[in-house]
Amino acid sequence: MNSAINATNATMAPVATPYFFYGLATLAIVSAFLVITRRNVVHSALALIVTLLSVAGLYLMLYAPFVAGVQIIVYAGGVMVLFLFVIMLVNIDRSYKEKRFSGLWPIGLAAASALFTLFLFAFIKGRALFPDRMMLLPESSNTQQIAGLLYGDAGKMGQYTFAFEIASLLLLVAILAAVVMTKKRA
Amino acid sequence: MPDFVTSYLGSTLTPGEAGNQFWALVYVFVIFAGVSLAVMSMNWLERKALAHFQIRLGPMRTGPHGLLQPIADAIKLLLKEDIIPAGADRFVFWVAPLIGLLAAFTVYTVIPFGPSQAVSDMNIGILFMLGVSSLGVLGVVVAGWASNSNYPLIGALRSSAQMVSYEVAMGLAVVSAILMTSLNETGTGTLSMIGIVRAQQEQGVWFIFKFFPLGLIAFIVFAIAMVAETNRAPFDMAEAESELTAGYHTEYSGLRWSLFMLAEYAAMISVSSIAVTLWLGGWMRPFSRLLRGSAWDLIFSLFPAVTFMGLAAVAFVGVVRMPRRSDFKVQKIGLAVFGWLLGFIALMLLIIAIAGRSNGAAIPSTVNQSIGYIYWFLLKVAVFMYLFIWYRATWPRYRFDQLMRVGWKVLLPISLTVLVATAIVGILLS
Repeated sequence: MNSAINATNATMAPVATPYFFYGLATLAIVSAFLVITRRNVVHSALALIVTLLSVAGLYLMLYAPFVAGVQIIVYAGGVMVLFLFVIMLVNIDRSYKEKRFSGLWPIGLAAASALFTLFLFAFIKGRALFPDRMMLLPESSNTQQIAGLLYGDAGKMGQYTFAFEIASLLLLVAILAAVVMTKKRA
Repeated sequence: MPDFVTSYLGSTLTPGEAGNQFWALVYVFVIFAGVSLAVMSMNWLERKALAHFQIRLGPMRTGPHGLLQPIADAIKLLLKEDIIPAGADRFVFWVAPLIGLLAAFTVYTVIPFGPSQAVSDMNIGILFMLGVSSLGVLGVVVAGWASNSNYPLIGALRSSAQMVSYEVAMGLAVVSAILMTSLNETGTGTLSMIGIVRAQQEQGVWFIFKFFPLGLIAFIVFAIAMVAETNRAPFDMAEAESELTAGYHTEYSGLRWSLFMLAEYAAMISVSSIAVTLWLGGWMRPFSRLLRGSAWDLIFSLFPAVTFMGLAAVAFVGVVRMPRRSDFKVQKIGLAVFGWLLGFIALMLLIIAIAGRSNGAAIPSTVNQSIGYIYWFLLKVAVFMYLFIWYRATWPRYRFDQLMRVGWKVLLPISLTVLVATAIVGILLS
């Protein structure tokens, strides 16, 4: 009875083909370029959302759906809404007249090309460290694996439990600071 | 091809799990058509129900009891002039309704109408739903800004503040439900929508009744937050007509405006589906543990047919009560045809329920089961949709500072407490 389904199941190829990577990477780069070149800040913000979403797509392609989901919720859903909230109140006509790039662009260019050289160097020299093909991890256990690393598995402390707790403490301090700063002084 | 179809009807996998792209596509089309139809009928039901709440009749002229009103509205909206204000940002104005619509419809890929009746069962199901539906607010915000007008801008600001605030309480309520899925032998929970319903099946209790009253409180927090998330009354500050004309979509007309409405109603259905999946046992029929056995199974499998028979009976009562004048003849015939159509569906469902009981019958018994799953899921969602109308008719609109106070100072502490209490009780009992 299930033969037709099983037949398709057996020949199922991984969905994440290189074309997905090229498409998403191009989208991310082009929209990131638009973020800094558009004169209208709201257009820049929208382009930034596209960048964040295509990076989420890249995570999905790497069989890391949990990271992709968190990327969408935190950055595309939360942070960008707050960005837009602030940007909408800015007078756009004035920002058109302002000078766009401060004189720091040679330094920025130098930093960016240094980083690029570093990546290139790591890629060429350390080629042996990269796996020659993609590992096919089961998508269904990704969230559970992350939980194991962060919170520990079967009574043992996880690999990153300490770092994770420190980071959460820092975030808690930041939240408290925000609340204290907005509190009205009597 | 028929073999292919029957093999799929007997399947216990979602198209996504089976890697069957064709069936996934069929599901996507069926869901898209179904949601659009549901939005149209919801539009009719809302106008009718609101009218009856206010002792009016509501739409009566377009078809019997205004049944063709949604179609007439759709044609009107399609033919209306599409106005873009002179000062608007044309590209953003054009793209804003599409953002909302895409966000509202994308989440339907993970909604489980049954154990195998979903486009795909993602490992991060609920996370995906919350994330993508939170993108809908971008459409609202951007629409308000692009209109380049005061009322839409204020509406968009209110809406973004409101949605960001209520997302926090909503997320914490959801986490406490997800925490309950981990109360099994392995101690590992799940984010998958199908997995969440299966966890309720294994534990033999809907999460709304789990650790009474913790599950119930979390559910109530979610039920309040979801009304605020969808910008519905009494939290419809973003489109408060007495203050802001129509809020963020004041400048929109015709097709674009209808896209906003479509997105709003689709989002209402999808948040209701989250509530049903997390707390009300998803596709499970009520009392699946208490009243079991083949006799009870048969009785519960007759429910879909009985429902349609009831609707047909209502239609026929309408035919009988129609005024006996010659100018009502067409309406009378139309309503009778509609009633016969409902009756025919009831008959089909009855045949499937009776004939599909045993394995090896002409109709596989899985068809019968699937109808049951989809029926119970949709019934629960329909209750929520009616509640949305009921809220709108009952409660006056909140003031904006009251709304913020409820979100941050009432719902957030409650959902945090419930989360901590659920964790403690879960550890103590396991």
